[in-house]
Amino acid sequence: MSALADLLDHRHVLVCCGTGGVGKTTTAAALALAGAQQGRRVAVITIDPARRLADTLGLAGHTDAEVDRDRWDPEGRAPGRARLTAMMLDPSETFDGLVARYARNEEQRDRILGNRFYRNLAGALSGTQEYMAMERLHELHETGAYDLIVVDTPPTRHALDFLDAPQRLIRLLDNRVFRLMMAPARGALRVAGTALHLFVRQLGRVVGTGVVDDIVSFFRAFDGMEEGFRARADAVRTLLAAPDTAFVLVTSPRRDSIDEARHFAERITDHGLTVDALVANRVLPAFAEADAAADLRARATALRDRPATDDPDADAAGRRLADRYDTLADLAVVAARERAVLTEAATAMGTRPVYVPYLDHDVHDLGALREIGRHLVG
Amino acid sequence: MRVMELAQFCASSRIVIVAGKGGVGKTTVVATLATMAARTGLSVLVVEVEGKSGLSAALGLPPLTYEEVEARPRLRVRALSADDALLEYLDQRGLHRISGRLVRSGTLDVVATAVPGMRDILLLGKVKQLEQAAAGPDLIVVDAPAAGHAITFLTSARGLQDAVRVGPVRHQADEVVALLADPARCQVLLVTLPEETPVNEVAETAFALEDRVGIALGPVVVNQCLPARWSGSPHAVADATRARCDLDADDAVALDRATAFVGARRAIQLEQIRRLATRLPLPQIHLPFLDEEIGPTGIDHLADAFAAQVATLRAP
Repeated sequence: MSALADLLDHRHVLVCCGTGGVGKTTTAAALALAGAQQGRRVAVITIDPARRLADTLGLAGHTDAEVDRDRWDPEGRAPGRARLTAMMLDPSETFDGLVARYARNEEQRDRILGNRFYRNLAGALSGTQEYMAMERLHELHETGAYDLIVVDTPPTRHALDFLDAPQRLIRLLDNRVFRLMMAPARGALRVAGTALHLFVRQLGRVVGTGVVDDIVSFFRAFDGMEEGFRARADAVRTLLAAPDTAFVLVTSPRRDSIDEARHFAERITDHGLTVDALVANRVLPAFAEADAAADLRARATALRDRPATDDPDADAAGRRLADRYDTLADLAVVAARERAVLTEAATAMGTRPVYVPYLDHDVHDLGALREIGRHLVG
Repeated sequence: MRVMELAQFCASSRIVIVAGKGGVGKTTVVATLATMAARTGLSVLVVEVEGKSGLSAALGLPPLTYEEVEARPRLRVRALSADDALLEYLDQRGLHRISGRLVRSGTLDVVATAVPGMRDILLLGKVKQLEQAAAGPDLIVVDAPAAGHAITFLTSARGLQDAVRVGPVRHQADEVVALLADPARCQVLLVTLPEETPVNEVAETAFALEDRVGIALGPVVVNQCLPARWSGSPHAVADATRARCDLDADDAVALDRATAFVGARRAIQLEQIRRLATRLPLPQIHLPFLDEEIGPTGIDHLADAFAAQVATLRAP
């Protein structure tokens, strides 16, 4: 059984990581489909899927949808209990839900939801999306309705951002300056308080006092809720570090993407986690042996060097054949380089890459996802 | 038809912001454009704003810092960070006492969240300052954040004008808005791939930028176009027979598989290029798929290809 088939069979959470543009969402969807085919009840959380892929997963106009069984398993081979559900993240909705959950009462909830700083916080592109992906993962895990949850991670520049997201949010909510401002001013703290107020006044001069007022009233309204958020962030962290959670790192065969993947694999160990599988996506198929390029070029040259005959059609056919040999040689060079770079990186990371070939068609429908799945699980 | 001179193209605005979705080769295009412009005799400064990118590798340099380094004659490179830009900005205005504390205490994070786009304003404000420096470069090429983020990056100045009514940050936002709206000072070069999702995304980005920022858009760069020489029909045996030469059976299979594959991929690319032309009425620059690693040599090839196509653009 291949490494990925094994993960699909035995793990509870698969996190697909990688930089933007490497095909993470497609890989996550293909893995989820393959997991369902292996008989598991699967949910896949996607983030911003391409429109046609979203349509394929039944997500047009919905944030979650169970994919009809006869669509993902047309031959009826999957065990009866298997299910495939796709979900799409709506960050602001879920974030509001969290606030509602942790608020002491409706008044606190409404004060926070109406605060301008909060609206910016919930709507900011960076950070909250990552946080919400992890949040949603935790929610699904709690329901117990799924054997396997596959999570696509947001298209960040740095693949690790989603791991840091809960902590970043907590750090933000824990900010000492604003927390201290709300502490009762007594004794030594009064001095600190005066210095702080001076600092905050100066801050107001830079960004405008309205902004600072918004922040302060947000922290006032939020007071007491950070414990809930912190407990939740810890729970997410525990879930990610659980032995039945696996990280699938997706990369393109291009140098920059592979470098970032290696960096990710090194950094993730700082979090006490490991990369369980490396997927090299859209790898150029090897149409010829890796070392054949020189030979192929020699054949192209030999064909071009043939003396002209009195049959121009035959000469043209010879030249066309020479062009094809050159194309084959070019492709052999690229394919060999991609594999060399991938092998080197995989060796350094102590893993073996799973190759998904660059297909001669785009991946939009369930048939193509199944095809990708076959390459993934071998 | 009057065509564009390369020097004229490279000098059409002081600042070029290169933007595109992750993975489309934005950084490669930054290095290519900068190299091409430096060749025409302009002094060029490349600015990286989003932390580690492949820019240093593309230009054959060690990782970039806040200090400028020379990559080639007339081509200098540096990184920018919002934190550094803010410190510098506050220092220049006699507010250095609070600046260090803002960063150290994490308050900058809180404030930046309260004022979305503040980091972007600081970065663009710094770019503007570089533009206006007395001995400033002829051309500044900015490696912008990935699309989506690029829209935020470029729209934040306007958004900030609503959120912040007074103070130095507001002043900075006003100046950035003025900069972005002036085509002689600033334009955006969008980068995409000849594939469905990147084409959709670049069109959406282009319209969002035009509507919401009023920023001038240069040609769209379509990256990684498979070369036309990789064409031909998968009928190697027929041609071998016609040419009266021997063809190894394995070769015949390999040649046909390879030509069928590149034929199919090129057909997809050409369809997407056509679709892009219908969706987005901007001239296109097609950069070839490189069958070598992205490094200084590859960038030189791409700069040749870019320059050759500028010569076919219509002069404004």
